Amino acid sequence: MDGSKSREKVLSVRTVTAGDGGVGGCWSCHGPVARLALFCGTCAAVQPPGQADHFARLGVDVGFDIDPGSLDRSYFERQRQLHPDRFATRTARERALSQSQATSINEAYETLKDPLRRADYLLHLGFSGATPEGCHLVNDMELLTEAMELREALAEAGTPAEIAALTRRAADDIDRCTNDLSRAFAADDFESAARLATRLKYLRKLADDCRARRLQLASH
Amino acid sequence: MSQLLQIYEPGATPEPGEGETAVAVGIDLGTTNSVIAVGEAGGARVLRDEDGSALVPSVVAYAADGSSIVGELARRLILDHPEAVVSSIKRLMGRGAGDLKSLAGTLPYEIAEGAEDKAAGDSRMVRIVVAGHTLSPVEISADILRALKQRAEEQLGRRVDRAVVTVPAYFDDGARTATRDAARLAGLEVLRLVNEPTAAALAYGLDEGAEGTYAVYDLGGGTFDVSLLNMQKGVFQVLATGGDAALGGDDFDHAVADRFLAQRVTRFGSEALSISDAKLALMTGRIAKECLSTQRWGEWSLSVGGRHSLHRLERGELEELLAPLVARTISICAQVLEDAGVEPADVKGIVLVGGSTRVPLVRQRVKGLFGREPLAHIDPDEVVAVGAALQAQALTRGSETLLLDVTPLSLGIETMGGIVEKIIPRNTPIPVAKAQEFTTYQDGQRAMAIHVVQGERELVSQCRSLARFELRDIPPMTAGAARIQVTFAVDADGLLTVSAREQTTGSEQKVAVKPSYGLSEDEMARMLYDALQHGAEDMRLRVLTEARVEAHRVLAALASAIGVDGDLLTDDERRGIEARIAEVERAIAGEDRDAIGARVEKLEEQSRPFAERRMDRGIRAALSGRELTDFEAANREGKIAGTP
Repeated sequence: MDGSKSREKVLSVRTVTAGDGGVGGCWSCHGPVARLALFCGTCAAVQPPGQADHFARLGVDVGFDIDPGSLDRSYFERQRQLHPDRFATRTARERALSQSQATSINEAYETLKDPLRRADYLLHLGFSGATPEGCHLVNDMELLTEAMELREALAEAGTPAEIAALTRRAADDIDRCTNDLSRAFAADDFESAARLATRLKYLRKLADDCRARRLQLASH
Repeated sequence: MSQLLQIYEPGATPEPGEGETAVAVGIDLGTTNSVIAVGEAGGARVLRDEDGSALVPSVVAYAADGSSIVGELARRLILDHPEAVVSSIKRLMGRGAGDLKSLAGTLPYEIAEGAEDKAAGDSRMVRIVVAGHTLSPVEISADILRALKQRAEEQLGRRVDRAVVTVPAYFDDGARTATRDAARLAGLEVLRLVNEPTAAALAYGLDEGAEGTYAVYDLGGGTFDVSLLNMQKGVFQVLATGGDAALGGDDFDHAVADRFLAQRVTRFGSEALSISDAKLALMTGRIAKECLSTQRWGEWSLSVGGRHSLHRLERGELEELLAPLVARTISICAQVLEDAGVEPADVKGIVLVGGSTRVPLVRQRVKGLFGREPLAHIDPDEVVAVGAALQAQALTRGSETLLLDVTPLSLGIETMGGIVEKIIPRNTPIPVAKAQEFTTYQDGQRAMAIHVVQGERELVSQCRSLARFELRDIPPMTAGAARIQVTFAVDADGLLTVSAREQTTGSEQKVAVKPSYGLSEDEMARMLYDALQHGAEDMRLRVLTEARVEAHRVLAALASAIGVDGDLLTDDERRGIEARIAEVERAIAGEDRDAIGARVEKLEEQSRPFAERRMDRGIRAALSGRELTDFEAANREGKIAGTP
């Protein structure tokens, strides 16, 4: 059948031009539309989100150092165009597409906003040998010892002042670790970045535990 | 060549959509009072009765024939006919009988016995009996919404068929669904469910040009919400939200009524309380509470079983009764501040919403936490409806403002041992979708059960059950080989949908979700049929409107395409397409939905060769590296080519 031939044609073109755009068909006017375009250049219909990394999705440069203000602006700008509230009176298909677009944008924003999730994501993008979700601990005796010490200190802390001191220490360590992460990524040192990301995860957990301990103490 | 087009057709079916001439309103469907407002040029207008009152008591009185009275009149009937009157029905939305709160062992409702399908266990929404009728909270809420709709239609002289309806931010999925169903039953299409504090922030922020981090403290009749928002240049971004869907002014009334009844017990010994007695005692409690917001003390009488008693109460005593309840709201505020990583001193203003924020103790404690005087110059009863009306206007006529809200409660599934595995954590921006992979644990296993819960606790038994469903038709494989990806999606209304796909075979799984506290589709269909004489007409109009909207889209898309690539058409072809366009336009002018669909299909068929030529041209252009359309987004993609 003719149809399958056309499909092949389209698919092969996609492969040829992957990386510099590519062309798909607009679901609404059936004409050509740039891949990853948010709207059809011809009929202005909203397009499906397509495959893109989170940085491209929000139009920010790939890297660990992100200015939160410009990330927010970029996020708001895209949501202004694509949020389902902009499509409340449109056809069911357009409403569904806007929902998937807005969902993808939220996912990208949530990932990039948080330094830890951003670090994990960068490692996942640029360093396929990295095992995500803190699997490095086993190899990192220094971190293991540090984590155990802090945990012990927290278990022994009996007064709000002691807990506050630990909380402050965790917060300082989190700041330092985040700065180190920034330097590691800047130097393309993924090995160190992976280790620091794991450390950051543990420090976060510790900060959470400090908070839980404080609430526990306050309720007694 | 039809397949080329089908590749890009995800295949959504049209749903009821736009109405052309009717008005979209904003409705604050409250526990104690409801308010309806309409967006107009330059703002929103709250619709009032002849006496200038915007508040419609959320009270319904039923007659023996099933007809109902809503509002002030119904509220007055509580004294003489408590058995025929229902109030505070919002507290039962999406709830089970186990969630009800009794007064001295007596519920202020008569619960229908045996009405629940035993096969469904306790997982059905509660039904109550009033004036001999067995009604669900959805039906009673629909009666309130119908009265509000009628008020608006009388005042505006136009049909009202679409609304933004507000819900407490802390409402779970069951309560949200119940609210949407009630609106459908009342003949209103819900444009959006908006969280009450967010609606208030919208009204307040637009009015005052507020910028920065604001807290909205919303203590209503039956629910408490607190939301932290980042407001800037028309963006209202919710940072974190928290609350208690069963804490409000009603509980204040309860505390006072409890005290009065306890005083009677010391005087007369214990006495049995009828449902009507309970309703009267609660009403007395409410009156006492309201008086003590302005007076230092007062005295109220209560009559049960023909025995009268007098109860003196001072403001200090009232505050002692309310202190633990207010303390709960304050600790929820502190939690939300922590969740958002915001210090109380960073909050630029605290907006008070809900009638219960009139209680002096509430204002005092809120001030204590945030270290500044809360903003009290806005009307706490009307601001939510105003925000809802502004949002209805924004949704139907376009707007520069943007509401970005979050999920109030974590969403999870039950795993081994009754432990909750969180899939979507609370305070995640919506819409959101998360996929989770499951596998089989027995050879040849064909089905699997999934239990979805909402809440922050670790045990399933401590969370709210949302739905159970079964994945069926799993291809038989060895244990652990099947890869079933289940996607949980929360839309902009905060409503959950679940879909599933078997990854190794790509077959879509059937997901039949049985809501734990909702109405089944069948029940909903029956109610729609029973309740609306004009329902069929409403439905026909909505479906027709949707067909017209779709046809207009096709015409507009084709006109754009001809504008850009018209040179690809021969004169004959152009005339052929124009003839089909004229047919579609004639069909749109008519009233036949199927005719519109058929004409649109004919037009699409006629213009298919044109579409193919346009694609060919586009592909050639892309291959020769010419700029085709807007490549802005696409070019960025190249930055990290080769990464996963």
